[in-house]
Amino acid sequence: MIELRGVRKRFGDQVVLDGVDFTVGDGETVALLGPSGTGKSVLLKHIIGLIRPDAGAVIVDGREVARLGRKELSELRTTIGYVFQNGALFDSMSVFENIRLGITDEKLFNDRAYCAERIPECLKLVNLEPEAAEKLPAQLSGGMRKRVGIARAIAGQPKYLLYDEPTSGLDPVNADIIDDLVKHLAETLGVTSVMVTHDVRGAFRVSDRVALLSDGQIVLEGTPKEFLASADPRVRAFLERDFHNHPFAA
Amino acid sequence: MFETLLRLPHAIGRAVLRSLAHVGRFSLLTAELFRALGEWRIWLPRTLDEARNIGIGSLFIVLLISGFAGAVTALQTGYQFTGSLPLYVVGTLIVESIVLELGPVLTGLILAGRIGARYAAELGTMRVTEQIDALESLGRSPASHLLIPRVLAGLVMVPVLTVFANAIGVLAGWWSAKQVLPISNTDFTYGAQYYWRPFDAWYSLIKAFFFAASITLIPCYMGFNTKQGAEGVGRAVTTAVVASSVIILLLDTVLARILLHS
Repeated sequence: MIELRGVRKRFGDQVVLDGVDFTVGDGETVALLGPSGTGKSVLLKHIIGLIRPDAGAVIVDGREVARLGRKELSELRTTIGYVFQNGALFDSMSVFENIRLGITDEKLFNDRAYCAERIPECLKLVNLEPEAAEKLPAQLSGGMRKRVGIARAIAGQPKYLLYDEPTSGLDPVNADIIDDLVKHLAETLGVTSVMVTHDVRGAFRVSDRVALLSDGQIVLEGTPKEFLASADPRVRAFLERDFHNHPFAA
Repeated sequence: MFETLLRLPHAIGRAVLRSLAHVGRFSLLTAELFRALGEWRIWLPRTLDEARNIGIGSLFIVLLISGFAGAVTALQTGYQFTGSLPLYVVGTLIVESIVLELGPVLTGLILAGRIGARYAAELGTMRVTEQIDALESLGRSPASHLLIPRVLAGLVMVPVLTVFANAIGVLAGWWSAKQVLPISNTDFTYGAQYYWRPFDAWYSLIKAFFFAASITLIPCYMGFNTKQGAEGVGRAVTTAVVASSVIILLLDTVLARILLHS
């Protein structure tokens, strides 16, 4: 389980998170919505310990992330797969080597036979051909890079998957493919997923629950239907943009 | 005017705080490097690759510049001292100038541009494209994967390149001297050996080692702490090259004072 209790974070004079309380239960898929620049990615980075909170606590599996030592934090991170917004693939390495780095168990990482089997398996899970393994990230399209990023995140068989804007910058068809993939991985691997996005349609398609981050706080948490029925002006303002195009709107 | 004066302490305070923050972050980075030395299975193969890149990639430019430096030293020595000093002094001046000063300093300054700029740009780009965050998110240490290989490769290869630079500089100087002066090989080698002390070679290597630390650590630090996209990468590269070049010249003076006059 992932829990954020009263998390506060500021950068200089700008308050980004102002007492965030947020919980994700085991096996759930939760979408964290919010306009660009509201601190969604910052919140996600708190969960994996890339950013430390100024106040409050981030608790993963009963362990407070900010209090963990270097080794414990490293161990915790092996249970979390993080999908970065632009893939964050290592551009000097092939797709094979990128995904191999995701195998966080050192014994398996050094086991050539295991890697030769596991990496095509991960590519298959994200609907990529095994031949893609030999390519460099620069030779991939935006959608493929995102999928390789996901393949790297799942290579170590994590318990949690954190997606940072997995569909941003993609055309609607590719965005749907990624959304389906998020849903498929949650179902087949049984992982707990947190997806940060500003794509309402995609969030509603894949998630069990959605939460809206606005003005540094979670202003609403609930099922997609509860979200749509909310009269909160901040929720209404956020939904306004594409509410009429939404499948639930009918 | 009065307002400017009032703002002065504030500006000085901010500059001091900024400098202290740099010192703190640099110290933490250095401590992290020492801590990660135990993960040799990770950094050793990468260090060998990096050393090969630095060594082979920089050899031509280092030899070219040191060759020209040796030749110019010989030509100017010949111009200044012909008729006033014995010819063998040319051998002394060329060897001592190259080994004590020009070889290590020119190699250091060239490599500050070539390797330092590359390190800062590579790490800076990795930082702003979240590749370093990605490495950390996978539970892996950026120090053993990215920093130690670069620093160790530099600490080994810069002194090696300096030895080559010294040798080519002296040979080029010797050849040039013979083109413009009636100096024999015997005169040149006599002059070269007359004031030679074995410590001179060690001094050259010690300098190269310290320059290597400046060429690698400063750009790694600048690249690792890059912020604000492409502009930030550009700023990190410029700062890294300028800072490591200035530190090389500072170290040159300090080491001369400590090692040659103590």
